[in-house]
Amino acid sequence: MNASDMLLSVRGISKAYPGVIANDDVSFDVVGGEIHALLGENGAGKSTLVKTIYGLIRPDAGEMLLHGAPFAPATPNEARAAGVAMVFQHFSLFEALSVAENVALGMQDPPPMRQLAARIREKSELYGLPLSPDRRVGDLSAGERQRVEIIRCLLEDPRLLIMDEPTSVLTPQEVDILFQTLRKLAENGTAILYISHKLKEITALCDRATILRRGRVVGHCTPRDVSESKMAELMVGSAVQVPSRRRNAPGAELLRVSGLSLPPATIFGTALQGISLALRSGEIIGIGGIAGNGQDELLAALSGERLSAPGTITLEGRDIARSGPTARRALGLLSAPEERLGHAAAPDMSLTENAMLTAAHRQKLMARGFLRWNAARDFARRIIADFDVRTPGPDVPARALSGGNLQKFVIGREVLQRPRVFVVNQPTWGVDAAAAAAIRQALLDLASAGAAVICISQDLDELMEIADHFAVLNEGRLSAPRPTDGLSIEDIGLMMGGAKDMEAAHVA
Amino acid sequence: MIALERRAAPSRFWAYLTPPLAVLLTMAAGAVLFAMLGKDPVAAIRTIFWDPLFHPQFAAYSRPQLLVKAAPLILIAIGLSLGFRAGVWNIGAEGQYIMGAIAGAGVALAFYPMDAWFIFPLMVIAGLLGGWAWAMIPGILRVRFNTSDILVSLLLVYVAQHFLALMAVGLMRNPDGGGFPGSRNLQHYPAAANPELFPGTGMHWGVIAAFIAVIFAYILLTRHLRGFQIRVTGAAPRAARFAGVSPGRMVLFCFGISGALAGVAGLFEVSGPSGQISINFHAGYGFTAIIVAFLGRLHPIGILLAGLLLALTYIGGELAQFMLDLPAAAIQTFQGMLLFFLLALDVLTNFRLRIGKRAPV
Repeated sequence: MNASDMLLSVRGISKAYPGVIANDDVSFDVVGGEIHALLGENGAGKSTLVKTIYGLIRPDAGEMLLHGAPFAPATPNEARAAGVAMVFQHFSLFEALSVAENVALGMQDPPPMRQLAARIREKSELYGLPLSPDRRVGDLSAGERQRVEIIRCLLEDPRLLIMDEPTSVLTPQEVDILFQTLRKLAENGTAILYISHKLKEITALCDRATILRRGRVVGHCTPRDVSESKMAELMVGSAVQVPSRRRNAPGAELLRVSGLSLPPATIFGTALQGISLALRSGEIIGIGGIAGNGQDELLAALSGERLSAPGTITLEGRDIARSGPTARRALGLLSAPEERLGHAAAPDMSLTENAMLTAAHRQKLMARGFLRWNAARDFARRIIADFDVRTPGPDVPARALSGGNLQKFVIGREVLQRPRVFVVNQPTWGVDAAAAAAIRQALLDLASAGAAVICISQDLDELMEIADHFAVLNEGRLSAPRPTDGLSIEDIGLMMGGAKDMEAAHVA
Repeated sequence: MIALERRAAPSRFWAYLTPPLAVLLTMAAGAVLFAMLGKDPVAAIRTIFWDPLFHPQFAAYSRPQLLVKAAPLILIAIGLSLGFRAGVWNIGAEGQYIMGAIAGAGVALAFYPMDAWFIFPLMVIAGLLGGWAWAMIPGILRVRFNTSDILVSLLLVYVAQHFLALMAVGLMRNPDGGGFPGSRNLQHYPAAANPELFPGTGMHWGVIAAFIAVIFAYILLTRHLRGFQIRVTGAAPRAARFAGVSPGRMVLFCFGISGALAGVAGLFEVSGPSGQISINFHAGYGFTAIIVAFLGRLHPIGILLAGLLLALTYIGGELAQFMLDLPAAAIQTFQGMLLFFLLALDVLTNFRLRIGKRAPV
């Protein structure tokens, strides 16, 4: 590269928060037209770094150069004016408005709606992102919503596009479309800063990578030339354990769901329609599917948060469809929902209190209605120790933990209660590689010990790694489970349905 | 530029400091208010906060009044605080207080002039049930039809007030009262009276009940599953549901217990200090108790202290009316300001102020 190609140069950026150094003397360069990966575990400081570039955070030290000129955006507006755009992991869209209206809301000075719709169409065709400006965002899939966010950025013709973990909500086909779009953008000279901890994606997509660990740059590499395990080692700081899997001879049937239907709880919810499955001791069933196709609803129906018609759910022959969460826990059906803060755990309550939340009965943390806080604290300590939860102790509030650590706590809380059947939604979402491996291992160990596991996940690699059977949730319907042996990623993509959107996709 | 930045965890320091700070700010703002009314602000503040307890002449009368006024405030506030912690907004304790008093007095008047040991306990039960039943109306409406608990419970206060007036001039009117509105004076009916237990202390059965309620609430919240469920429901409703708490049952429990405590507070008042069902029986305890609950941080011990403080403003306010000719509304303004400053300062518990520097997002 020569100096004139240099788009963004980050030099010695540091940013500290009370008790944690998010970025420590970080330097790297982005060249025009390249796809540059920012690779690191959760908590490595990737988000802080890109928020600095996008003008959301002011660094404590260091400087940035854009096109060779000093660049210190005080607000995202300044960053956008300078040609830096960002697509966040969490979308900020209004479900009740149309695509074009949502795009207009983000603009300083929106053009007339018809003109805007035309520009949206033009950009979406140019970059192969099928998207109709008139559709209501509430009706769009996660992948389509992401396209809204991307188009919103592209309308400003950015020089640098930052993508924060963009594939976490996409189907394999949608990921392919996204990658084609990103490559096309790069060819046209837009640099892309691509944040991820998924090594396969980075190998497939990125020209160069900067690897962060605990706020520091620990290496630069060219992903195509370096093995994934080498990158993982740089990222984690040690070699990652691949979960060991033993096939268990399936035992007696534990859980049977037959013809489970539930109307949606809210207008944007999904109805469950005639879900049936049988689960045997020692078995793990993986349930894939794009988010928003009934995953939360299925978990709520199994955990007992929502009751269903009599006879639709039986546990070891006993009808539990009309039993609430407490009764189901007593019988050995435990669960861990996707949303950690606010659903699986109360954010402002301590880990001890959160241990009490679901373990009061099963761990005998209670005697005749009176709570045994010392026993709960001991149980919380055991979770922290056994699941390597990084926290000062059981008395800190749940929201003080990083996402990955809280997830380890939530999973550990249920696993240590030795469930007969364990239902988990997105067990490793936003969790770093080492912790994800530990969680998967815990699920496998549960099955080896004779429990049955339902693992709902958007991470197909994860499901292929641990599940014996695989099924897909699509618009509230569950496909017939198929053995994971011999199932290809393409088969799965087709099972996942979304195909009708996919075929329209092409890169112009 | 001043910006508010959310704290990682609520500040314990500010959580403890805001109530006394709010009291001080209220005193300061009250002093300005009194000065604008042309009164000596220092004298006014001293009359309200100091004289009821330490004035050589008046203290003997007003000191026992402290417990008399604090008891209903604490009883009601304890009940309300349980609901407030769970996100159940019973604003209608005033109405439940009135209905408890009517139910309890009704029992007494029905037995009049019989003398039996069981009459007073029966009145207590009737008081509990009267308040409970009145609170069940907003509770059940919320659970069945998703109505606003705030609106329904508040509006039922006015229904209860009219019902009280109806009783005072109708069914419960004293037949020997020469046609004046108001029931027989229960103070003069020994089997139903709630007398001062130790002369000169103001201690009556309601005060004892208030202390029991404080201890009960403390144990409930710190040691018992139900109290834990209340806290989880308030802190994270979805997590509570996941943990097995039925939201509807929680709403009914909170309305029921706050209504019953308000009702029994009304019963102790009507059979004791007030003595009779009359048109102006209600003194606003049900509303002031909301201030008491928040000033006490929804914590039983805090409510005990806040109840005593607000009782002091009642007594001091009366004294100031009588001594300095302050208008009666001034003291209500004063109590209102207390809640206002408290809620405003509460922002500091969850946020920190940043001046001059831009807060990271």
